[in-house]
Amino acid sequence: MGEFFTIFILTLDATLRVATPLVLAALAGMFSERSGVIDIGLEGKMLGAAFSAAATAAVTGSPWLGLMAGIVTSMCLSMVHAFACVTHHGNQVVSGMALNIAVAGLGPTLGLAWFHQGGQTPMLGHSSRFTAIDWPFAKALADVPLIGHIYSEIFSGHNIIVYFAMVAVPVAAYVLYRTRFGLRLRAVGESPEAVDTAGISVAGMRYRALLITGFLCGVAGTYLSTAHSAGFIRDMTAGKGYLALAALIFGKWKPVPTMLACLLFAFADAVQIRLQGVELPVIGTIPVQFIQALPYVLTVLLLAGFVGKAIAPKAIGEPYIKER
Amino acid sequence: MSAANKAPRWVTLALVPAVNLMAAFFIAGLIITAIGENPFAALEVLVYGAFVFPEALGFTLYYTTNFVFTGLAVAMAFHCRLFNIGGEGQAYIGGLGVGLVCLYMGGWPFPIVLIVAIMAGALFGGAWAFIPAYLQAKRGSHVVITTIMFNFIAAALMTYIMVEILIKPGQQSPESREFDPGTWLPFVHEMLGAIGIEVARSPLNLSFLIALVCCVLVWVFIWHTRWGYEIRTVGHNESAAVYAGISPSRNIIIAMCISGALAGMVGINEIMGVQHRLILDFTGGYGFVGIAVALMGRNHPIGIVLAALLFGALYQGGSELAFEMPNITRHMVVVIQGLVILFSGALEHLFRPRIEALFIRKPDAVPAQAAE
Repeated sequence: MGEFFTIFILTLDATLRVATPLVLAALAGMFSERSGVIDIGLEGKMLGAAFSAAATAAVTGSPWLGLMAGIVTSMCLSMVHAFACVTHHGNQVVSGMALNIAVAGLGPTLGLAWFHQGGQTPMLGHSSRFTAIDWPFAKALADVPLIGHIYSEIFSGHNIIVYFAMVAVPVAAYVLYRTRFGLRLRAVGESPEAVDTAGISVAGMRYRALLITGFLCGVAGTYLSTAHSAGFIRDMTAGKGYLALAALIFGKWKPVPTMLACLLFAFADAVQIRLQGVELPVIGTIPVQFIQALPYVLTVLLLAGFVGKAIAPKAIGEPYIKER
Repeated sequence: MSAANKAPRWVTLALVPAVNLMAAFFIAGLIITAIGENPFAALEVLVYGAFVFPEALGFTLYYTTNFVFTGLAVAMAFHCRLFNIGGEGQAYIGGLGVGLVCLYMGGWPFPIVLIVAIMAGALFGGAWAFIPAYLQAKRGSHVVITTIMFNFIAAALMTYIMVEILIKPGQQSPESREFDPGTWLPFVHEMLGAIGIEVARSPLNLSFLIALVCCVLVWVFIWHTRWGYEIRTVGHNESAAVYAGISPSRNIIIAMCISGALAGMVGINEIMGVQHRLILDFTGGYGFVGIAVALMGRNHPIGIVLAALLFGALYQGGSELAFEMPNITRHMVVVIQGLVILFSGALEHLFRPRIEALFIRKPDAVPAQAAE
């Protein structure tokens, strides 16, 4: 029993670490899509941020400067998306796709030219990464059964971005549902004409939403290269941006359900790593690939209306062209 | 809008794509300058690597073949105003179909194997597109999102099949056994060699001709058959289609299945033509390049062949570039790809209205007509 409990706690611990970039990216997507702009470019923004953060941290030795660089890069990419989709009424899917592809090539290209390590950035030392923060008495309490375990493994011992993601969910929910900005943001994604009639700039709202998207993706990407790993490697997002998009849809474009979807997907991932090659009673070994495909299958089922119903913001994907 | 108010066709079809391409190359040139290489020297290496040295053209056309298939696939769906991002997954599953035929039909006469393999590739690829198509048509799930999800599901499924089932016994890397040589597509250097023309060895094979045939078939289908007309009608105006008695959901499914079938043809080139065994990740992003190809080629087979040739040259020349210039990797080509999609797709309204406005003749009668 005790051993099982330890494994369970460690799995939850791993879940939090895997879920952090998903939660941040999914919240990023939420701001964009709630304002009516489809963003399949979450992946590219995270990847771009991961590269700049790792490169900056490697050169300056400061993870905080890395974070700044990551956020700036991601926000710039988001502004390109806004320029194409909001200002020039371009196709939002095409724009997101273009950014994803361009960034996937740009990271290794610049990485090779600057660091000559086959497209990677140099390994980051302890001081240039975001490292675990131990809460007071975590070590002392680690041996206390149950509560001590939970305190020292789940609450304590993560890096600052994990805590940031935990705080980001209630803050995002507050902004979205309890502020004037949030009300306008939701309105602009449902009925831009109404917002326009009220004298608020639709384009302005969407630009602001995409700035927030860029900011959050920047933090998520920085987490990948300077907190979770120690450096940038090619394609290190490995589809996390799309997984976040799936979580966003699974969470029906709402902050708390989206976070729960991220935790579910991350939990499945953590369990899958534990279950590799393990013979389970009755079902036998579960193929790894089955669990890897699970989030996507679930999202498709949800989209098809077989499990609940996902209703997207009404004006999503439609460029707003002001009547003259 | 009357015909007189439109810019000449060559402006829309040639000049605007050329300007978009120039913009993409300009940004790429800036990036190459930023990493300390000369962009013009890079361009020279690229062109030399893509066309000039002996086997270059063969490699270029081999890549072109894949891009024609995926470009046609994306264009087919575009005509029904559907965005098929799932070319990658459909090509992957299509390749599985081709591979299964080649694995289990060794010893059969080649023409029969070829026909069955093409049918299997089309069937598998089409089936992988059918599910998202059905969900879009009947349940309104957005095809962009479902095809993205299906790319990941295809990747997981293929890994499972390769690792657990089709792996050659006693082998570490997940590859199937090599196909019976009788099922291999002939290489172009073999075909030309047989009639006495010596060309350099390259992976270019018979599927290049199959790709050109597909172009003609798609052209006939879209512009000269009732089905193509119905698909374009649904794409242009769904409610008008309903009034004309055309079922949007039926045409969405047809367009997507043909799109998936075309993407599945990548398997003919890669699996039956070059690899001669099933391997992981043989699609190598070709499905995504198809989006760029279709956008640049304005969804017309001729445009698609030209755009596919451009990307084929970029791919082949890009590998040469990575070889010649130590600071440049072949990922630079991926950057150019992304920029081309950005400028000719997402930012299509940036240059087009301005350029077209230069060529539109202003008819004198416009104010009078408006007054009526």
